[in-house]
Amino acid sequence: MTTLSLSKAINEGLRKALEDDPKVLVMGEDVGKLGGVFRVTDGLQKDFGEDRVIDTPLAESGIIGTAIGLALRGYRPVCEIQFDGFVFPAADQIITQLAKMPLRSLGAIKLPVVVRIPCGGGIGAVEHHSESPEAYFTHTGGLRVVACSNPADAYTMIQQAIRSDDPVIFFEPKRRYWDKADVDVEAPGLPLEAAKVVREGRDVTMLAYGPMVKTCLEAAIAAEEDGRSLEVIDLRSLNPLDTATITGSVRRTGRCVVVHEAPVFNGFGAELAARITESCFYHLEAPVLRVGGFSTPYPPSRLEEHYLPDLDRVLDTVDRSLAF
Amino acid sequence: MTIDASRGPQAAPPELVQLLTPEGERVEHPDYPLELTQDEVRGLYRDLTLVRRFDLEAVALQRQGELGIWASLLGQEAAQIGSGRALTDTDMAFPTYREHGVAWCRGVDPVKLLGLFRGVNHGGWDPAEHNFHLYTIVIGSQTLHAVGYAMGVQRDDAEAATIVYFGDGATSQGDVNEAFIWASVFNAPVVFFCQNNQWAISEPLEKQTRIPLYRRASGFGFPGVRVDGNDVLACLAVTRQALANARDGQGPTLIEAYTYRMGAHTTTDDPTRYRVASELEAWKLKDPIERLKAYMFKNRLADQEFFDAIDSEADTLARDMRKRCLEMPDPDPMAIFDHVYRDRHLLLEEERDQFAAYLSTFEGEGR
Ligand SMILES: Cc1ncc(C[n+]2csc(CCOP(=O)(O)OP(=O)(O)O)c2C)c(N)n1
Ligand SMILES: [Mg+2]
Repeated sequence: MTTLSLSKAINEGLRKALEDDPKVLVMGEDVGKLGGVFRVTDGLQKDFGEDRVIDTPLAESGIIGTAIGLALRGYRPVCEIQFDGFVFPAADQIITQLAKMPLRSLGAIKLPVVVRIPCGGGIGAVEHHSESPEAYFTHTGGLRVVACSNPADAYTMIQQAIRSDDPVIFFEPKRRYWDKADVDVEAPGLPLEAAKVVREGRDVTMLAYGPMVKTCLEAAIAAEEDGRSLEVIDLRSLNPLDTATITGSVRRTGRCVVVHEAPVFNGFGAELAARITESCFYHLEAPVLRVGGFSTPYPPSRLEEHYLPDLDRVLDTVDRSLAF
Repeated sequence: MTIDASRGPQAAPPELVQLLTPEGERVEHPDYPLELTQDEVRGLYRDLTLVRRFDLEAVALQRQGELGIWASLLGQEAAQIGSGRALTDTDMAFPTYREHGVAWCRGVDPVKLLGLFRGVNHGGWDPAEHNFHLYTIVIGSQTLHAVGYAMGVQRDDAEAATIVYFGDGATSQGDVNEAFIWASVFNAPVVFFCQNNQWAISEPLEKQTRIPLYRRASGFGFPGVRVDGNDVLACLAVTRQALANARDGQGPTLIEAYTYRMGAHTTTDDPTRYRVASELEAWKLKDPIERLKAYMFKNRLADQEFFDAIDSEADTLARDMRKRCLEMPDPDPMAIFDHVYRDRHLLLEEERDQFAAYLSTFEGEGR
């Protein structure tokens, strides 16, 4: 057992993957000498060389497009997009090629490409550095989409994502990069597509992923003082979705609140709410409620505390659920 | 594997347009004659000094927690002031996030630049008022906007040129290459002003190109020129001519201002991780302000009294800017919903009302 920050845990996971499989490559802007702007790739170029840890020209479409080519040649590229808001220049390659080429080839082609994206707000950054673009990608068939929330998961999930023969969009909650926890590097971990009940409870099921898992756990602790028992599920994988774990929980509690940073309108929570309504209709005591960002562009950083779901807004929604 | 020299950057030594040597010697260039009055030279010195002082103050404000981040222009003052002063009032400029010197030339109140970095807004000035567009953070995007704007100018038969700023790193972006193509095909009255400051965060120029950047222009079908980016006179002369050509229907020009990012990429960056101090030392000898000052002293264009007066003006500017930065109010939470749409939007109004009602439940709690 070692104590690692979330960024260091991903770093260790990448290192392990680079050691285990000579076909694994790391590529992106500033991932080499600098070790990435969040130091997630710190030291990797020094140890694995410039041919395997590649500082690319400044072009996201180029990063993903060439990663596809490398994958066609048998490599397993792990691409870093520097910030969430800069994935959009690569959206064409991701959506029209990465997601669809395997099908186009009738299964002849596999594209084991991982796209790592630091996501979410809460670090006081300027525009385009705080976004939560997961729904664009969960909406695209052919991509697996996962989000880690803690160091232990991050360590295993990044390796599983790299081992997957499918393209994986890998979201990293940037404001949690510095959070530390014990990581058992020997533990096999859950399957990549499994959700995890991170806190058991009776009254309301809280569904979250990435940065909001911690917020929900804090909400659960606060709620306990008021005699309310919240069950918190870390979805981990958004596509595919572990519906069994979700349904099992909601059928027990009868209530569900979804929390994410992305706008509520057309956000990932909309899919969850619709599915749960269908699968748990006769068990629900309240409609599935959602807490998240507003239907606006991400605000300037001095307003982000209002935009992002916090303890108060989460608990307010829990109250509303319980009031039904 | 060795690469055939004819394929490498060494194919022919790049030419550099220079009118003022690092030692402050005035030299002539056959293609770029430049006559400036004493007042004009003094004006350039004043611009350079004030924007450097302003920039240093912004760095200090960031260190003290008053700004979230700052992208310093240190070392690039001449490229920005030279090109910025080449613009006429009707010309339009599209900046990146580092063009504080150009903003200064366009008459944008320096304090207005701070809003974005302080986190109170995403921009904060009216582009049409200054013919200076908003800062663009997504690398390269603005080059296409500039070309489109220039195409509009062209269709209006207006006497104006458009200039667009971007970095060496940006030249790798698809958008920038598309902008080159559009500009060329439509003969758009646009000047591409690339500040090659040798670095894109931690990546040196070699990660973006194997030929001098200005030579890329010929492949797209328009002229490219490399200018000493630390020479304010050369930047002024070269940009003036490119703008005049654009206004005159001659189409686009790529200017590569060869300079150096003397500071960190932004205040969150640590350049000691990726570059050596000796490089910085070498570029210090080419400082844009020192060379102009040496030239002015040598040619008796100004005396110590003048330089002292500028320094004290710079201090006043910095003090005033600090004061007004600290006074900048935090936006009202409800501002999140402002300016998202021009026309009425019922869904957003509903969200806004719900949020206002939610906030009101905290009234009296000092939230
Ligand atoms: C599309 C996009 N990708 C990545 C970034 C992150 N980023 C910000 S500045 C920068 C380097 C820019 O280098 P250059 O174009 O040389 O301009 P400079 O900062 O040196 O002025 C990068 C990669 C971004 N802002 N936009
Ligand atoms: Mg640069």
